[in-house]
Amino acid sequence: MIEGAPLVDFESVSIAYRRGRHWSEAVRGVDLRIGAGVTYGLVGESGSGKSTLALALLQVLPPNGRVVDGRILFRGEDVSTWPVERLRSEFYRQVALVPQDPLPSLNPANRIGRQIEEVLDPRGLPSGPASEARRRTLEMLEAVGMADPERVARAYPHQLSGGMQQRVLIAMALAGEPALLVLDEPTTNLDVTTEATILDLVRALVADRDTAVLYVSHSLGVVAELCDRVAVLYAGELVEDAPTRDLYLRPRHPYTQGLFDSVPRLGTTRRSVALRPIPGRIPSPHDLPPGCVFEPRCPIAVRECSQGRPALEAAGDGWARCIRWRDIVDGRVDAHQPAPPARVSHPAGDVPVALDVKALRKHFALRRSLLDVLRGGPQRSVRAVEDISLTVRQGRTLGLVGESGSGKSTTARAIVGLDPASAGDIVLAGEPVAAALGRRPPEAIRRLQMVFQSSDEALNPYRTVGAALRRPFRRLGGLGRSEAEARVARLLEDVQLTAAYAARRPAELSGGEKQRVAIARAFAAEPEVLVFDESVSGLDVSVQAAILNLIGDLQEERGTGYLFISHDLAVVSFLSDYVTVVYLGNVMEAGPAERVLTPPYHPYTEALLSAIPLLDPGAERAHIRLEGEVPSPVDVPGGCPFHTRCPRFLGDVCVEQAPPWRETGEGHGLYCHIPLDELRESQVPAFRFAGRGDAPVAGDGGDGAGNAGGRRGETDG
Amino acid sequence: MTDSVSATRRPWRWLAVVRGLYVRPSSALGASLVALFVLLAVLGPLVTPYGPIEQTFSDRSQPPSLHHLLGTDHLGRDVFSRVVAGDRDIFLLAGSGTLVAVLVGTLVGLLATYRGGWVEEVSYRFFDSLLAVPALLLALLLLGSLGPSRTSVLAVIAVAYTPIVARVVRSVVLDTKTKEYVLAARMQGESLAFILGREVFPSVLPALAVEAALRFSYAIFLVASLGFLGVGVQPPNPDWGLMVSEARDFVYLTPWTLIFPALGISLLVVGVNLLADGLKRVLQVGESA
Repeated sequence: MIEGAPLVDFESVSIAYRRGRHWSEAVRGVDLRIGAGVTYGLVGESGSGKSTLALALLQVLPPNGRVVDGRILFRGEDVSTWPVERLRSEFYRQVALVPQDPLPSLNPANRIGRQIEEVLDPRGLPSGPASEARRRTLEMLEAVGMADPERVARAYPHQLSGGMQQRVLIAMALAGEPALLVLDEPTTNLDVTTEATILDLVRALVADRDTAVLYVSHSLGVVAELCDRVAVLYAGELVEDAPTRDLYLRPRHPYTQGLFDSVPRLGTTRRSVALRPIPGRIPSPHDLPPGCVFEPRCPIAVRECSQGRPALEAAGDGWARCIRWRDIVDGRVDAHQPAPPARVSHPAGDVPVALDVKALRKHFALRRSLLDVLRGGPQRSVRAVEDISLTVRQGRTLGLVGESGSGKSTTARAIVGLDPASAGDIVLAGEPVAAALGRRPPEAIRRLQMVFQSSDEALNPYRTVGAALRRPFRRLGGLGRSEAEARVARLLEDVQLTAAYAARRPAELSGGEKQRVAIARAFAAEPEVLVFDESVSGLDVSVQAAILNLIGDLQEERGTGYLFISHDLAVVSFLSDYVTVVYLGNVMEAGPAERVLTPPYHPYTEALLSAIPLLDPGAERAHIRLEGEVPSPVDVPGGCPFHTRCPRFLGDVCVEQAPPWRETGEGHGLYCHIPLDELRESQVPAFRFAGRGDAPVAGDGGDGAGNAGGRRGETDG
Repeated sequence: MTDSVSATRRPWRWLAVVRGLYVRPSSALGASLVALFVLLAVLGPLVTPYGPIEQTFSDRSQPPSLHHLLGTDHLGRDVFSRVVAGDRDIFLLAGSGTLVAVLVGTLVGLLATYRGGWVEEVSYRFFDSLLAVPALLLALLLLGSLGPSRTSVLAVIAVAYTPIVARVVRSVVLDTKTKEYVLAARMQGESLAFILGREVFPSVLPALAVEAALRFSYAIFLVASLGFLGVGVQPPNPDWGLMVSEARDFVYLTPWTLIFPALGISLLVVGVNLLADGLKRVLQVGESA
């Protein structure tokens, strides 16, 4: 060990992957130093090389990857030259990894307790119930917030929820008391409320232990919540590196600025602020621009930018790889992407109802064993949707939010008829429609369409874009072949692609392009109501911003009513005029968006809002965390379904009686036993809502985070 | 992680598949062997100097020579001509039997699995019960009641392999039928035939192609086995299994009458297996989408 050296030192590291006979550099010339005890965030979009860097640091690059230039030093030593035995005995005792998906890291055949003991005692000796290793294991499980460590230690991995598995991995990682903890998107697959508790946990644990953390994430909000310092990667290069607060208040690189402008913030809606997506796409490693990697997409690029790669310059307390960073900081140039043309109308008065869903219910019968049938036991079922009512108005958006298991997607599929509802009414523009898709006339199918979750599954890999888009015109529009072709070309232009895309196959499209095609396919039928089920969730923020703008514009042009389903409250509040919050298949709160997202709210809404990572380091706000797990939908709790986790639990009344619907006016209301006045007095707004019709606030020069979302923690009166 | 556009690869290009097969030596060998046997079967009478049951008494039990490339048997029949004719037979019998199995298995597999529910339950329990009986036993049973003939051999292959093909189809359809593009097709009000044929079937095709090749190689064995046991193709037809069986008595006198049909069976089976292996590798590339 070399005294005074930083814990981790990336010295202009380049990493290449071999594909066939070619090497392409996924990471180029990254310089990064992590001091002891520092929490470092590494953010970037897909293809930025952030995971590659983390893997290289841990000496676990895949076989076709290698460090081709520079060195990675750990405590001043190049561990890549160490033999495996030394890595195991020295290096891996000091570093630990928590991956995105916990399950593959846990042995399904061993109990949790035994797996943690193995980390504590690598000799793998059998340990008795009173052993030191067992005692420490229980301690660790308790430290990661397990209510019943004994039970968890006895459990097998599959018996734990995703959040609990991730806690177990954190416990295992910390059991060896590492000097460096690498977290690779550990909360990406988790619900916000679980994510919030995991982030709290990591924060508390590293504060106690003086452990350095490298936190790899695509989410600016999560990094802002947790990290002391943030490095931003773009296309394999480090473009900016700064203390968190500096980065969020005064981004020095146009890419960082672009990322901030792409993220919808709580309290902004598309009617108040336009998102400014970054045009173009991230260059692939074998087709890099000659100068600055960001130059082709940069709003302030000058001729010099394309004439050589800019150096990483010291900028204040941080670093920036931009020749114009001083101009940006001084406000001499505007590093924001140009705002898209405003095509936003402001809703006035009541508009006709396009879709009315009343008391929707969807139960999935569980298979009964022969024994149960003989015993005459009751038919048990998964009560995915218990009682959900909602109304979608023409040209307006209703957002449906809730955690996983809340029944959002089941609701969507029941409404469009893919999984017919067990009970309830679906009324489309005044006419009731059949529950099952197969029993709906083509006209009803045409009027109610759906856009699926963005993923590779949305389009058939074997069929061209044109073939996929022609079908709805032919089937539902009754058009001839040549006419359908012409409409496909126009439709592609409507979703900002070109007619040439018709000949392409999904494998040739990027994620954002695929989602545009999927949206186009749904619009081809010219529906009156369109259901979006997590349709932007899998996209990178800069792509997501463009898709959100597109969705908004299409609604303005066509007056389609949207049912927009997402677990991401910021996205929902950005797009929606009305919001319905659901939990365990029941509506908790519903009404106009700004009424739902400001007090008084349902305790569940309050907890969701409190859990969302904000793009504002150091924001003061209510700290509400939900205990325990979402109950199984087979045994939905009686009374108020939320009572098992409610932070404002009153007592027997919540367990025994269904809560009353309490109206606050303007069509807003919530189901809760607590009187509205009491809620109003004790609740703090999570953010300030940018009022309708306000001028866009994100346009003012160098002030990066300076839009309405930035002023939180203030209480109105 | 990677969002970059992968190389413009069309999923179905036969030329690309063939080129892919010739990248690896083993699959190249397999493809070449199969191609050779196919060529011989197609050319058949054009390349053989004698008819398969044509006897030349003066040339009985001759060793291989320029006159008789692979020699003659104890009845004076040209072994080369018989092996080539047997090759043709094998492709007709094993090939059409496999084809029937693939067609029926695919059709039932697609329909029953996509529909689900009791239709699926009934068809697959029936298939399972067929699978519980070993193929050879099933064959003997069927041939015993149908009587030995080419048609019954074909029927045996079809009955024995339909359940296996249907299972392979099922495994893919189970995965594909919940894909969002299939749901999207339903949301367009597409017919069942369109969804199965145009949306689901293309994903089944790679696995099906591999399975068909594998079934074909097993069918060759089955036909030969039945011929050898004397319950399949009857003499004097030039069936490879039958030829091996007949040649056993003369193995010391005229070993070539045994070696060449046996070599035909093993080379073709090995070739088809290598080809199936190669197909699997080639078709799976870029299949992860």
